[in-house]
Amino acid sequence: MQKSITVPPFAEMENHPDVKTRRLSRDRIRKFFMGSREKNGLIKLVMIYGLLICIGFIYLYPILYMISASFMTLDDLLDSSIQWIPSSLNFANYRQAGLSMDYWNSLLQSLMIAGLPTLCNLVSCALTGYGLARYKFRGRGVVIGLIILTFVLPSQITMIPTYSMYARLKILNKVWAFIIPALVAQGLNAPIFIMIFWQFFRTVPQALVEASKIDGAGHLKSFFSIALPSAAPAFITVALFSFVWYWNEFYLTQLFVHGVLVESNLTTLIIQVQKFGTNYSAYAQTAKSGATNLNESIRMAGTLIAVLPLLILYFVLQRHFVESIDRTGITGE
Amino acid sequence: MTTVKAAHNRHENRIRIRRGPLEKREARAGLMFVLPWIIGAAVFLIYPLGMSLWYSLNNIRLTSEGMKFTFVAQGNFTQILLSDPDFLPDLVDYLINTLVSVPVIVVFALMIALMLNEKIRGKSFFRLIFFLPVIIVSGPILNSLTEQNASTISIVDAQAVTGAIAAFLPEIIARPVSELFSNMVTILWYSGVPILIFLSSLQKIDRSQYEAAYVDGASGWERFWKITLPSVKPMILLNCVYTVVFVSSNDQNQLIGLIKSSMFSGTSEKGYGYASAMAWVYSFVVLLLVGLFALLFMARKDKYEREAKKLDRAAKRERRQVIRIQRRQARHAKKYHRPTVR
Repeated sequence: MQKSITVPPFAEMENHPDVKTRRLSRDRIRKFFMGSREKNGLIKLVMIYGLLICIGFIYLYPILYMISASFMTLDDLLDSSIQWIPSSLNFANYRQAGLSMDYWNSLLQSLMIAGLPTLCNLVSCALTGYGLARYKFRGRGVVIGLIILTFVLPSQITMIPTYSMYARLKILNKVWAFIIPALVAQGLNAPIFIMIFWQFFRTVPQALVEASKIDGAGHLKSFFSIALPSAAPAFITVALFSFVWYWNEFYLTQLFVHGVLVESNLTTLIIQVQKFGTNYSAYAQTAKSGATNLNESIRMAGTLIAVLPLLILYFVLQRHFVESIDRTGITGE
Repeated sequence: MTTVKAAHNRHENRIRIRRGPLEKREARAGLMFVLPWIIGAAVFLIYPLGMSLWYSLNNIRLTSEGMKFTFVAQGNFTQILLSDPDFLPDLVDYLINTLVSVPVIVVFALMIALMLNEKIRGKSFFRLIFFLPVIIVSGPILNSLTEQNASTISIVDAQAVTGAIAAFLPEIIARPVSELFSNMVTILWYSGVPILIFLSSLQKIDRSQYEAAYVDGASGWERFWKITLPSVKPMILLNCVYTVVFVSSNDQNQLIGLIKSSMFSGTSEKGYGYASAMAWVYSFVVLLLVGLFALLFMARKDKYEREAKKLDRAAKRERRQVIRIQRRQARHAKKYHRPTVR
């Protein structure tokens, strides 16, 4: 309920004797700087904003640096008077970096290598999460314990036998090496996704499920028509994070998909960034394009275009990313 | 005596009722939903774990006919721990770095989350910035940035700070701390997810608690220690574990690179077996670290629960005693052919 206060016109207020003394009173000044129960004081606000802006700058520094350096020509790099703003917008760096990375091909393969396992992750983790949230069965505790264990256990411990198993099954250096584990809820960071679905499906009212059961819905039917439609936020969160984590994964991608000793023709942008130096010199040698020697700007341009798709994704879907952890209730209700 | 009796009664009420057909069907349906995971765990967790243990006890050579195993028992482990020039120093580095950086990351995340939880403008904008690194952080990108010195702020002179630290502290502490300063940005970049987790748990704290404390005359400082911190304590554990796992599986970590390179090294004493043994040692250390943080921040059971558990145990002991006495009586009755007096 709001109290209606009649406020006198501004001019009158200025001249009012009460207001004048009150404005100058020490209490008001103190309140202005130190704050009161309802309002933060100026000192505190300045400190908070100052700290947030400083830390925000430190956060953004590498990205800003990357953007600024990627536009510089060699002369700009050598010129000590130029710190941040390049003398001209120079897109040649991007062209050369893109050509040496085989950009469009790598981009498509990155999309595939991150996208397909993500789809599988969604299906398998949703099923597992629903099973854990909705049903009680013997061994449920063991399953939950093992899921937490797989989250904590480094992947290195299972990696070597898995590698030789893939080699025997002849799915090494193929996308299948990522898809098959994801299909059975053992993909990259799958424990986190199972937890997200689990927490989310727990909030589906039991009464709804029971009502559907009385109406004759089976287990699958109640999963598809009651649990799934309300779980859109969980699906969006898991899809985004799974995609981003698969995209950024280097260690396992190199081992299982790209190949360590014998390289397959599958590659991702992140792997191309790692091999940027060798790739670029190979490109520069064969060049009819008159490629210059590798310099900082070209490397930064290459790094930037490797993360650019994710940056675009982030700024388009920022709300979903940032609010995801809130909505999935991973912090408990 | 009465309390024991009460506990006894409580126990009797908890007797398991045999599960009916409906419950059995439900349980079966639940198992069907989890079945993909169970299959996956068998194939991609249990089997590789067992195999990797077996690998670690063997010297494995790759020949044209396949892998050739030579059993060496603990040979790989002793070799790793005693004569590998890289593993132990890297392990110690990893341990110290993690122990230093995890608290820094978590405390930092809590600070940012507290600031973002105030009534300020542009909250969503700041959240956007602090979460951005989560999207683009990956080994090669970080490598590429550190190579160009973009991960240290040139304005803040890291050299001066590290010099000052080295002058005051002993070597073993000074090195990780100065590394912390020279890689400040990468450390800060790891705190994106923890910030969000803290923030959403801060927003769930009941406002009326703060108001009650205010009425009782608690200062902001006291309110932080008595209300805010206990409320987010479970999240501290979650964030510690998350950060340890994240740091451990990050490409910046030298150890996992070492494991991979020794997996593919062509020398006769290294290879799959050697790398598996390394992975086991490494996993043990990671689990130890997680256990350490869990021990520090695990929620302690409250007094009531502890007391109830104690009573439960006493009741159980008493019941066992009664059963034992009954059995003994029966035994004696049989032994002396004397019918028991009814």
